[in-house]
Amino acid sequence: MTQGRTMLEITALEKRFDQTAVLRAIDLKVREAELVFVIGPSGSGKSTMLRCCNRLEEPTSGAIMIDGQRITDIPRRDLDRMRLKVGMVFQGFHLYPHMSVLKNVVLAQTKALKRPKAEAEARALEMLDQVGLKHKAEAMPNELSGGQQQRVAIARALALDPKVMLFDEPTSALDPELVGSVLKVMKDLRAKGMTMLVVSHEMAFAREAADRVVFMDGGYIVEQGTPEEVFGNPKSDRLKSFLARVSNPNEDAA
Amino acid sequence: MGFLDTFFNMQVIANYLPDLIDAVWVTLGLAVATIISGVLGGALMSCLRVAGVRWVNFFIIVFADVMRALPPLVLILILFFGMPSLGINLSGWMVIYIVLTAVLIAFSEEVFWGGLTAVTAGQWEAGRATGLSKAQTLFYIAFPQAARMVIPPLINRVLATTKLTALGSVIGVKEILSVSSSAQSFSGSATPLTMAAIAYLVIFIPAVIVSHRIERHYHYAT
Ligand SMILES: Nc1ncnc2c1ncn2[C@@H]1O[C@H](COP(=O)(O)OP(=O)(O)OP(=O)(O)O)[C@@H](O)[C@H]1O
Ligand SMILES: [Mg+2]
Repeated sequence: MTQGRTMLEITALEKRFDQTAVLRAIDLKVREAELVFVIGPSGSGKSTMLRCCNRLEEPTSGAIMIDGQRITDIPRRDLDRMRLKVGMVFQGFHLYPHMSVLKNVVLAQTKALKRPKAEAEARALEMLDQVGLKHKAEAMPNELSGGQQQRVAIARALALDPKVMLFDEPTSALDPELVGSVLKVMKDLRAKGMTMLVVSHEMAFAREAADRVVFMDGGYIVEQGTPEEVFGNPKSDRLKSFLARVSNPNEDAA
Repeated sequence: MGFLDTFFNMQVIANYLPDLIDAVWVTLGLAVATIISGVLGGALMSCLRVAGVRWVNFFIIVFADVMRALPPLVLILILFFGMPSLGINLSGWMVIYIVLTAVLIAFSEEVFWGGLTAVTAGQWEAGRATGLSKAQTLFYIAFPQAARMVIPPLINRVLATTKLTALGSVIGVKEILSVSSSAQSFSGSATPLTMAAIAYLVIFIPAVIVSHRIERHYHYAT
């Protein structure tokens, strides 16, 4: 396991929507260059936890540190600068349909990071190359497959030089034959030393690429450990039944 | 009196053509001025509404509802005949311009707002998650998508509103309809009205064609 410094640290995080507690006392540490995988049944709070990490969702209480900065203390008007450090990839890609692939990757670089245009374009092409889509720079998003769109979305986030990447079910909306290309990009990213927090149901990918697996249920982190520990030797009954459910019904092959 | 003599009397055409050409320019000027300020105003107002300040939105909604509910002619008569007693004298041209602009702002604000609410939350989140401010996300991501979505209803509304420039005839603005109807009563011939119809077609058919072009240009599947 990596021994780097702590890049993302969640302490006693709670989130309530009205009176319903969705996250209760979440503690989680992600070290630099670590890939931490989050699994858990629907509604267990995985997305909410991720969205608290860039304050797309406001935590009810608790603290989150990213790269040494306590992001839960940042006043609202300064959130934009913090978000540059936290890349996020969504299940639904959310590319801007009215802009070319290149413009999608350039926009936040020039408008939020204030990079000069030429530099931003060069950086965008470099990132598109990294995800294998440099040749699609002038295409419109609707001309791309889902897998290609997701890779552009990853390039869009990477172009801002984030310290941490958050992935919320990045392959769940993809046809099975397109999943591999996105997972490959994520594996490359891990090899490059990116710190990643990944919510996904791709168990085979977790076994192969995750440093640690975190199991959430009912707003708690119920169990965590190496992939071998979590998949090979689950301790809690909830994890056992969850693993049985995801591996049995329609073979979750990656 | 034959058909041609009634509707296409050459002598009458020759007599009134110069006046009518002047009137075409008046109508065109009014239409263009109204379109620019009405659409821009509506776009701005819909963006202002995104900010979500309660009393501002209340004002916008009331304004849009009132302007869409009242017949424009009522507003025109109120401004034209009512304002002078407050010491404000507006020319007929100004009255038409103000009223039609207000009406177009109201309608286009609603049209743009409809488009803005159809932009998915995911688009907003993608923008905000990459460090763009709310205003930047609106300006670069949400509004351009909304504008493309609403081009067809917006163009319909623009054409409908600019045709209302004919209401200028009620308060003596020398636009196409008023010039041709007074020519009709002087000459006793229906020909000036035919000329008016042709003039409107000359203005609006190209506008309709251009609008189809715009629609096609901005059409993209999501
Ligand atoms: N904006 C919201 N308002 C109210 N309740 C919400 C909101 N967002 C999420 N929730 C609730 O919080 C709980 C956790 O949701 P969350 O999306 O984090 O779960 P998840 O683990 O990501 O599930 P899934 O696997 O289905 O994506 C759910 O019960 C959900 O209904
Ligand atoms: Mg989720």
